[in-house]
Amino acid sequence: MALHALTIHQARELLDRRDISARELTRAVLDRITALDGCLGAFLTVSEELALSQADAADRALKQGRAAALTGIPLAVKDLICTAGVPTTCGSRILESFVPPFDATVMRQLYAAGAVMVGKTNMDEFAMGSTSEHSAFKAVRNPWNTDRIPGGSSGGSAAAVAADLCLGALGSDTGGSIRQPAAHCGVVGLKPTYGRVSRYGLVAFASSLDQIGPLAKDVTDCALILNVIAGHDPADSTSAPLEVQDFTRNLKDGIEGMTIGLPQEYFHLQGLCPEVAAAVQAAVETLAGIGVRTVEVSLPHAPFAVAAYYVIAPAEASSNLARYDGVKYGLRADGVQELAELYRRTRSEGFGPEVQRRIMIGTYCLSAGYYDAYYGKASQVRTLIRQDFENAFDRCDVIVAPVTPTAAFALGEKVKDPLQMYLSDIFTLSANMAGIPGLSIPCGFSHEGLPIGLQLLGRHFDEASLLRLAYHFEQATDFHRRKAPL
Amino acid sequence: MSISRQDVLHVASLARLDLDEAGLDTYAQQLTEILAYVAQLERIDTAGVPPTANAVALHNAFREDRRLSHLEPAKALANAPWAEDGGFIVPKIVG
Repeated sequence: MALHALTIHQARELLDRRDISARELTRAVLDRITALDGCLGAFLTVSEELALSQADAADRALKQGRAAALTGIPLAVKDLICTAGVPTTCGSRILESFVPPFDATVMRQLYAAGAVMVGKTNMDEFAMGSTSEHSAFKAVRNPWNTDRIPGGSSGGSAAAVAADLCLGALGSDTGGSIRQPAAHCGVVGLKPTYGRVSRYGLVAFASSLDQIGPLAKDVTDCALILNVIAGHDPADSTSAPLEVQDFTRNLKDGIEGMTIGLPQEYFHLQGLCPEVAAAVQAAVETLAGIGVRTVEVSLPHAPFAVAAYYVIAPAEASSNLARYDGVKYGLRADGVQELAELYRRTRSEGFGPEVQRRIMIGTYCLSAGYYDAYYGKASQVRTLIRQDFENAFDRCDVIVAPVTPTAAFALGEKVKDPLQMYLSDIFTLSANMAGIPGLSIPCGFSHEGLPIGLQLLGRHFDEASLLRLAYHFEQATDFHRRKAPL
Repeated sequence: MSISRQDVLHVASLARLDLDEAGLDTYAQQLTEILAYVAQLERIDTAGVPPTANAVALHNAFREDRRLSHLEPAKALANAPWAEDGGFIVPKIVG
């Protein structure tokens, strides 16, 4: 098998046996990027020099017998996670020149575990979008069909994993931005529980919803990356002070007696494409066939998730993005005489249309006289959405649902109609609103050969059940073995 | 409810954004459409429901009050578009 096509756990064995070197593996991945990324647009920065020096360090560690979990493994990182000395643009003109002076906590964890960072992945500007077309620099293309969107906002990370331009990647998920591109690109993506992974050094979009997580070629790899990035961080006051278990340890434990809940509201939703519904239904049958019990559950407020989300997320974004003022970092408009003008000109020149639109929505919802009607109301509905899940988890261990209403649509199809793009997030937003973990795993293909994802949702901090169920599903199917025709 | 060009101008000034003429009309139409969609929240009875700001019941996070290392000034200023003598330069504020 070509080195770039290895999973992390396969590469781990070969590296540990010294059958291959970290340098060979990294070189193979960098060559693959050179060959394919001109077409895919998954990367904004390729950090070849850094990657090769990390690979050499990994080879020294391997030789000395002190390899860690990710020693010598080439990974890609979404371009909104701060990497010391490597540009971090958030897909935005306003941060085009920004080179972080520090590493995000997840980067320190990856580096401490021996990972090799091959580059920073393309994304919708400031993670606002579901298609990765809202990057200020270039669109990302879906490796399964380059006329289709890869999903977003972590579309670069998902496409890079699907096309073997890295062995695994980090993304971030505020309303589905890991799970939705994972589904569209046919890879495994996990949004951990809010607070499971430190957000220190993650450029903020909506602070009460944002969470960093892995995109991987299979469930084992996903658990391996989560092992490294999970844990309490004093630098993020919202990170949970909990012990972190080894998420790979119980993957193979039996799932007989586990109960999955099927939310009726999701399956009767208008706009759910029959092909996706059929693939999810077939997945439920597969799970039933390997010993899982199924029950119907109800999430009565699920249909309101999009409306509540598109108040809360833009409101938080509008205040978080107030920091881009042309003074401390990033773009600064030229020839300005006065401070207020500096702010206006810098922000108008630096932010793209989708970011400006969300700042406008958020500012409106928070403005005098409207706060209670919008942000206050949406925050109450958020409580009801969270309680729906609590009630459902009284009856089941894991909720099973679609990830997206359709397979990947065409590039450009929804650019002019933001509301239509927002509606495509209907199945993923609720997990962020409720803070629960959500995983996307390949569960089929459309008649056009595009991947379809299955979503597993769990109780707070119960990533282990999602990974275990996903692992057994993966063992019973072979969707994850199919490769994009490149 | 319909968002007027005047409303859009007001929100843009609060958000410190400059909009051109075409932008005013586009935003007026798109904000009207998005807020009309959001208005369905009014159908839900939320009387007595507490708001959620953090979905994972985590309360105050305390730590010991001690000195930690921080970015040195040169690094903190390294990304500034305009810095001099250890400070950020801004246009004149007071006349």
